[in-house]
Amino acid sequence: MIAFPPPLGLIAELTHRCPLSCPYCSNPLQLERAADELDTATWLRVLDQAAEIGVLQVHFTGGEPLSRRDLTTLVAHATSRGLYTNIITSGVTLDDRAMAALMQAGVDHIQLSFQDVDPQANDVLGGSPGAFPKKQAAAARIRNAGLPLTLNFVVHRGNAARVPQMIDMAEALHADRTEIAHVQYYGWGLVNRAALLPTLAQLREATDAVDAARLRLSGRMVIDYVVPDYHAARPKACMGGWARRFINISPSGRAMPCHAAETLPGFTFPSVRDTSLSDIWHHSDAFLRFRGTQWMPEPCRSCDRQEVDWGGCRCQAFALLGDMNATDPACGLSPHHGVMQAAVTESEAGAAPFRYRTMKKEAVLF
Amino acid sequence: MSDAPTTAPPRLSPGHKFRFDQVRGAWVLLGPERLFMPDDHAVEVLKLVDGVRDVDAITADLAARYAAPAADIRTDVVAMLADLSARGAIRL
Repeated sequence: MIAFPPPLGLIAELTHRCPLSCPYCSNPLQLERAADELDTATWLRVLDQAAEIGVLQVHFTGGEPLSRRDLTTLVAHATSRGLYTNIITSGVTLDDRAMAALMQAGVDHIQLSFQDVDPQANDVLGGSPGAFPKKQAAAARIRNAGLPLTLNFVVHRGNAARVPQMIDMAEALHADRTEIAHVQYYGWGLVNRAALLPTLAQLREATDAVDAARLRLSGRMVIDYVVPDYHAARPKACMGGWARRFINISPSGRAMPCHAAETLPGFTFPSVRDTSLSDIWHHSDAFLRFRGTQWMPEPCRSCDRQEVDWGGCRCQAFALLGDMNATDPACGLSPHHGVMQAAVTESEAGAAPFRYRTMKKEAVLF
Repeated sequence: MSDAPTTAPPRLSPGHKFRFDQVRGAWVLLGPERLFMPDDHAVEVLKLVDGVRDVDAITADLAARYAAPAADIRTDVVAMLADLSARGAIRL
């Protein structure tokens, strides 16, 4: 039997700690605590295993990966194993010292998130007064260090109209790449969906702005655009298909095909504390369960796009339909596609208050 | 012959690495949150993208090795570099 191709990327969620508290955070509602995080030695072993099985890129994320004091140690080790190292950061703690240490460690790329192009809206959304100028300073540090700069803007109903200004700001900060990424409705984002989901008209306007900017900036700045699939006719190929490209490791060491997979019932996710990445990738039930097309129900089973979108997202099927084995309702061919429009209608009914991300138990309502 | 400029030698964009992956037995081009698995032709071109050789030098090298008309090779090289440039992986 021919082994399944190796994973392309390792998503290392080093910690759920973060100085921001964005209401669309993709972290789980039940955040993992610092005491439960993997230690340095275990992460170093995981990085060794990643290189050995063919992982090409490591994405250090969180939470805020800079909250981990051993980040530079991990980056240096990954680099020494030939892994491409990427850090996904809010930037508010990326001071001169941290930047110098990361450069010394050989970091390849840093993605810097902004919550908005408007300073005040940025700080309100992140629940972090004073964050905006710190992020601007971080952008300058990344550029001055000679690294490529990627800015990430998370787009929702409250800021979709400012997409053109976001791209202008990225250009002014000499970004090589900009992600205009609509909120994905999982975790905290799903909790706050009624406050965040844009209308179809807003989505079209934002999409037009991205299309125009791409033409104008071709060869100078790459713009990656991620849409919310509530207005879509076909589902996204979530994670490029279940367990086809990525291994996601939670702060406590649980290995999952994506960061939201732990919302699914009936899974025992293997831990990197006692299971090798090779075993996890090639043999674990959690990774094999929805890999490929064998599991698919109709309408996927007879669909010519089954290896294009891989049935969409298992977590979304479970979150919206209570059935992780169903076709993603984002697909217009799903008999339950109406739940997407119902959510849009609910969102258009009026503003709901944000529930900010927090580690406090009392804020977790279900 | 294409009239594409030949003065500026193409180079990998900042944050991009072109390396051989032992596990896959294949060349890979790694960049910021993206990667490319170039085909055999692209691999031969990318091996010559060093920030020193210009398009004419790359073309001459390939034409000599593959005994193919330089004009045809140049057209392919220019198209491939333009594609990777549009995707942000190459600076022309």
